Amino acid sequence: MPIEEVMERQLEINPQAVSKTGESQGLTQEEIKISVKNLHFYYGKHKALENISMDLRPKKVTALIGPSGCGKSTFLRLFNRMNDLIPHARIEGAIRIDGKDIYGKDTDVVELRRKVGMVFQKSTPFTKSIFDNVAYGLKILGLRDKEIIHQIVEKSLRGAALWDEVKDNLSKSALQLSGGQQQRLCIARALAVGPEVLLMDEPCSALDPTATARIEELIFELKKQYTIVIVTHNMQQAARVSDETGFLFLGKLIEFGNTDKIFTKPDNPMTESYVTGRFG
Amino acid sequence: MVGYAETIHRNDAQTASAIKAAFERTRSYRFWKDRIAVYFLFLCAVCVLAPLFSILGDLLTQGFSALNLDFFTKLPKPVGESGGGMANAIVGTLILLGIALTVGVPIGLGAGIYLSEYAGSRFAFVIRFLTDVMNGVPSIVYGIFAYTLFVVPMKSFSAWSGGAALGIMMIPIVTRTTEQFLRMVPSTLREAGLALGAPRWRVTIDIVLSTAKGGIITGVMVALSRVAGETAPLLFTAFGNRFWHSNLTEPIAALPIQIFSYAISPFEDWHRQAWAGALVLIFIVFLINLIANYFVSRQSKMFAGRK
Repeated sequence: MPIEEVMERQLEINPQAVSKTGESQGLTQEEIKISVKNLHFYYGKHKALENISMDLRPKKVTALIGPSGCGKSTFLRLFNRMNDLIPHARIEGAIRIDGKDIYGKDTDVVELRRKVGMVFQKSTPFTKSIFDNVAYGLKILGLRDKEIIHQIVEKSLRGAALWDEVKDNLSKSALQLSGGQQQRLCIARALAVGPEVLLMDEPCSALDPTATARIEELIFELKKQYTIVIVTHNMQQAARVSDETGFLFLGKLIEFGNTDKIFTKPDNPMTESYVTGRFG
Repeated sequence: MVGYAETIHRNDAQTASAIKAAFERTRSYRFWKDRIAVYFLFLCAVCVLAPLFSILGDLLTQGFSALNLDFFTKLPKPVGESGGGMANAIVGTLILLGIALTVGVPIGLGAGIYLSEYAGSRFAFVIRFLTDVMNGVPSIVYGIFAYTLFVVPMKSFSAWSGGAALGIMMIPIVTRTTEQFLRMVPSTLREAGLALGAPRWRVTIDIVLSTAKGGIITGVMVALSRVAGETAPLLFTAFGNRFWHSNLTEPIAALPIQIFSYAISPFEDWHRQAWAGALVLIFIVFLINLIANYFVSRQSKMFAGRK
């Protein structure tokens, strides 16, 4: 795509075009949930992410947008260390959640993933009953008390706006739910272990408009309690659900800021071309 | 068809009419070619079924008359006496299959899990190649192997050595089917488990294995029915026994051995019992396959999800 080449060249000759990074000035410690500082990420020799810095605020929805292959999913998966298993992957810089470096030596990955839940692009129900799907994370934690498990399962399913649809069929196979229900089940499953942050990797890309609308309503509800980071290809969705938006291109964070501003009068001409649909 | 030709060549009336003419000319020829191909394939399918049905028919007509309560409850009678049964051989075969399961399944399953979930590609390639080679090794070689490994040091033919020989034969089949079914489990499921904070071994057991459960059980059943009828590996291991075994370190009777020795005997009565034994053996295999089938259909239902 020629316009992308133009963009690329623009990046090379005019480093200032790459915004002054996403560090919001003057935020106190309490106003920052996740802080990314000078982050580089490599797959072997290939540089997937370059010098990203941004501060994500608690109980807000942050959307990551950008064309395919720009690194947004890669970036998202760094927050719960899902890229750990990829051979030859290497990270530089720091990601701090509540001030604690999650790539530090004393980080317990299992505990991190409990705190930072994730919902995937394709719904991933386990071949278990609806109840067991939601209870799985709790069983992993070693929770045995049936009463408490039951309470949490109900609370999580309510939280994911699925309870009323499944409360009479909790022992039914999760695979018999519709696509949208499966995705909400996955959200419930993530909520059950009591996360503080929810990562969503294009959670609606496989859903029809009605199911998408339900998930978006749900995101609106969830942000009262959770810090949400959502990757999306759908610009309208980013505009609808998020408070802040980051635009990534070729592994760089081009611009980061208030969603209204990004979509109406962005600082960077590249952001403007992308959000107005001129490329990508 | 004609419409299509006209569409793509609508600017060229001559081409269109040429295609149309060719189409008309070959109409009946194409019709017969299609028919002949279908009949040929049907004939192949019949050829597959014919031996199976003729074997089953033979077994039923020859063996059914010798099937009676005595056959299932009595020991073989000494030479010259008529009557008696194969109770010890039927039980012996079931015991041998039980031992084979306990030897073959844990090792095959473990190796399959390792290959699918943990092994590097080069190591996995070597193991995969070797299991394929193992699959092609003649079964009598397994018998000799088990003989030198168990019978010689224990100084006795035994149920253990026979079961172990069958179990070792099962390993490559169980390994390959386990690996294949585990690979069918989408990697997103593993990630979803990890993202919930589950350590990798728990994801393997709770999610990956339980998703592939049906397929793995099928593989085990296929392996089991494959070795159920094996005679050669038992010749120098389980050896056969005309009486009840008193423990598993003694020679034990098995249906295939019993069938073999009765079939080559000169006695009419024993021949009929050999047929009956073969019928029982094929029934056991049939039963195992039925169970496998049940798990496959349940598994495919699970994968299919909502209808």
